[in-house]
Amino acid sequence: MNRRSTFGYHGVPRWVYAVAAVGGMLVVLPLVAMVAKVNWPQFIPLITSEPSLAALGLSLRTSAASTLLCVVLGVPLALVLARGEFPGQRLLRAFVLLPLVLPPVVGGIALLYTFGRQGLLGKSLEVAGIQIAFSTTAVILAQTFVALPFLVVSLEGALRSAGNRYEAVAATLGARPTTVLRRVTLPLVLPGLASGAVLSFARSLGEFGATLTFAGSLEGVTRTLPLEIYLQRETDPDAAVALSLVLVAVAVAVVGLSYGRRRGSAASGGQA
Amino acid sequence: MRILRTSFSAALLGGALAASLAGCASGAPEPSNGSATGQLSGTVTVFAAASLKSTFTQLAKDFEAKNPGTKVTLSFAGSSDLVTQITQGAPADVFASADTKSMTKLAEAKLVDGTATDFATNVLEIAVPPSNPASISSFADLAKPEVKVVTCASQVPCGTATDTVEKATGIPLSPVSEESSVTDVLGKVTSGEADAGLVYVTDVKGAGDKVKGIPFPESDKAVNTYPIATVGTGKNKELAAAFIAAVTGEAGKKVLSDAGFGTP
Repeated sequence: MNRRSTFGYHGVPRWVYAVAAVGGMLVVLPLVAMVAKVNWPQFIPLITSEPSLAALGLSLRTSAASTLLCVVLGVPLALVLARGEFPGQRLLRAFVLLPLVLPPVVGGIALLYTFGRQGLLGKSLEVAGIQIAFSTTAVILAQTFVALPFLVVSLEGALRSAGNRYEAVAATLGARPTTVLRRVTLPLVLPGLASGAVLSFARSLGEFGATLTFAGSLEGVTRTLPLEIYLQRETDPDAAVALSLVLVAVAVAVVGLSYGRRRGSAASGGQA
Repeated sequence: MRILRTSFSAALLGGALAASLAGCASGAPEPSNGSATGQLSGTVTVFAAASLKSTFTQLAKDFEAKNPGTKVTLSFAGSSDLVTQITQGAPADVFASADTKSMTKLAEAKLVDGTATDFATNVLEIAVPPSNPASISSFADLAKPEVKVVTCASQVPCGTATDTVEKATGIPLSPVSEESSVTDVLGKVTSGEADAGLVYVTDVKGAGDKVKGIPFPESDKAVNTYPIATVGTGKNKELAAAFIAAVTGEAGKKVLSDAGFGTP
């Protein structure tokens, strides 16, 4: 049900629209300015140069991997946060959400002291012959670190608004907890999970600070698209702008996808 | 509510698009009533390469102490970033670059008054963690396959210098990472992630006992020259000229050489 049509009252003063327009422009105008700066005749050669393609390919691969990792780790996290009851639950939620507000550089430094050669876990890993620093694994770890909260927040919200009536019914009919999770809970929140995954993917794609601090920058190994843009900016602003536009296009597509999904799910799912 | 929530997540995404502007105070309106004496007053804004941070902070303090009533505002970043900022209208009176290329770029934009003066030089040095885990003692050691060496990418001045040394010595390096700034290279060494990094002599000196420097004779193949100039759009040209004189003068040379810079 659409609440607005029920009451037929908008109640938004005109001046709010004016300020909102300024806010909208603040986001849109810089993007327009960037599009205007694109060297269109050279656009295709710029984004298909070897370093650009290597960076784009690496970004897509690592973002896909970290999204998968976010789903694997984030679904259980969201479940225990939304449905579980244990001491320290609120504290855990606060910590899981921390990367949302943490500067990525800080995340990078924290990861460095965890997985780096001299780090908390890194030392033992090094003994075991596993080296994370300067590898693509480091990029995926950095991206997962910053993207995980997006999935957890989306899914936890979906779980809470879905309620647990169906699950309770399934349980009284004799379904085991794992069966309930698989057959009832997850299908119910699938739209929320999907949009959370899409947002995590987008965040991974844009990850810069933690990667730069933690993983380094080498073509085809750790130099993702944002790092390539940052580097190209030094000598070839045209290439930097062209590649930025590619990232904007991907981000717009991702947000559009997520928005469309939410609207669709809301219309058919009929959230109370 | 639904729409609100969606735009919230969109807003989170957009959060990455934070533009950093050079927030520099423009000419503080000091009561400059010392009119007839010709004494220096007001504010001079100096845009300087990141590698000049400690020396220029010192030089600015000395300058202010020597000329009461003046104020030196400093802004540090990569040289090419600074050129971009100045051409986009950032209020700079003096530009000190870590390479001649950036200064040429600014001159081509017709934003340099007169000609630039070379005031310092810098060469590369090998930086290793204090324990020197890979036992590096020469440039050739960096090419050993088991050594994790980090360098600057070719696009930035320290990377250009690295390329030059590699060509001059005929020893190609295969770094595990090509960073976009010399501070990032240093960071990888101080944190112990890398066995060695190629940075400037002044970076090694500035890092204190966190890294050990290993000079190598081939470094003189790539000497980086630092030019300084008055910016054409600057507001306080008199003070700008005075500051440049202080940098290039004896006291300035002393501060620079103490930090490891060479003389051009």
